[in-house]
Amino acid sequence: MNVPENLQYAATHEWIRLDGAEGTVGITDHAQAELTDVVYVELPKVGAQVTAGQQIAVVESVKAASDIYSPISGTVLAANDALSKNPALINTDPYGEGWIFKIKVEAGEEIEELKSPAQYREQIGGASGSGEGV
Amino acid sequence: MVDFGGWSMPVQYSGIIDEHNAVRSNLGVFDISHMGQFFAEGPGALAWLNGLLTNNVERLAVGECQYTFLLNDHGGVIDDLIVYRIGEENYLLVVNAGKIDEDFAWMKSHLAPDVDFQNRSADFAGLAVQGPRSAQLFDAFFQGKYSRPARNEILRAVIDDETYFIARTGYTGEDGFEVFCVANRAVKSWNDILRKGAEFDIKPCGLGARDTLRLEMCYPLNGSDLLPDTTPIEAGLSIFVDLQKPNFIGKDALARQRQEGVKRRLVPFKMTETCPPPRSHYAVYKGDKKIAETTSGTLSPTLKVGIGMAYIPTEFARINEQIEIEIRGRRFPAIIEKKPLHRAGTASN
Repeated sequence: MNVPENLQYAATHEWIRLDGAEGTVGITDHAQAELTDVVYVELPKVGAQVTAGQQIAVVESVKAASDIYSPISGTVLAANDALSKNPALINTDPYGEGWIFKIKVEAGEEIEELKSPAQYREQIGGASGSGEGV
Repeated sequence: MVDFGGWSMPVQYSGIIDEHNAVRSNLGVFDISHMGQFFAEGPGALAWLNGLLTNNVERLAVGECQYTFLLNDHGGVIDDLIVYRIGEENYLLVVNAGKIDEDFAWMKSHLAPDVDFQNRSADFAGLAVQGPRSAQLFDAFFQGKYSRPARNEILRAVIDDETYFIARTGYTGEDGFEVFCVANRAVKSWNDILRKGAEFDIKPCGLGARDTLRLEMCYPLNGSDLLPDTTPIEAGLSIFVDLQKPNFIGKDALARQRQEGVKRRLVPFKMTETCPPPRSHYAVYKGDKKIAETTSGTLSPTLKVGIGMAYIPTEFARINEQIEIEIRGRRFPAIIEKKPLHRAGTASN
């Protein structure tokens, strides 16, 4: 499973890419593989205020609906409208075109509580009993 | 992997939609070893089974099978199953995994003296080969040594000194075979089928595709669409109930429903606009009134819209009736459809 080095991770399988006070959020390669074919995404509303750990979007696969949580507190700046037309972008490009929303980061210190790539790799490795994904 | 009736089973191999499409257009193979196998034999087997099951076992010639129900005293469904007549006085029953113990205990508690009744679920593995190219695979496999059983028939084949039961049955709406063999042949059989099936583009399939395929056909799933407080009449499956039989458990309740009419019917629906896929236990509305809860739901990979089933009050349970499904607090329009939702399946009944 692909766990890029330049991102930070939430235990609930979201990633965040920070660029100054702006963060881009999506779900991990491991999460998309577990979910199976994504067929619908309920996007967050632009302007919504969220706190870290708050449910903010829903990703639906054929198999199940999964809540997506904001890894950090802030204000939603943008939602990826391309997912409305093509929700499978989450499967095909989870760290690129499959991003879900952008957020203006409020409390910078929360970033310290997120997982490093190594820590996240350990988390998903532990679940599957092997070092490298499922 | 998920827990299913006490078995750890794969939801998917290559992806639910990919596997679903493989079965609709070519071939797929499912591990159905979780399903239970009971054997009933003896001079009293026929009469005994006929007193427990809704369909008429007397109609079965040797080598034939029928879909049927095991009911409680109130006419509610304990299980839906297939009974195969595999000999003059020999029957094989294939039951749902989660119901093996309950079914066996119930049947055993009503056992007749001249019947030998065995639960051999742990001894048997099962594989379902499903898809329009199933017959081609059968022919490639047996090279004329056995001829294909017809729809709803079962063949007893001997492969390397072991008996295999091969039935022309399935849960997908496509042509196909369900194969039951001793458990220690399961892995070899699985690998043989995948190897031989490669030229027909076979794909291994998991529980996810099994559910989307069966729901497009409106085949009920026990525990979701069939419950101890729903009857086969309400489920719209009365063709598998023979009320002319002298007696069977649950008959009185069904006969009463037949006469008085049912208050609700299990009907399929289709979402009419882009929305999240419906799932089980979502509220169904007519106007401002909640009239039901969905029993099944998914995104149909073939129709590419949300589909599902629900027990709808009879007054609204009509084809083309407009209803709404509530998904996370928002209501989305749906329309009641005719069964099956997918009409181009290659299984001919």
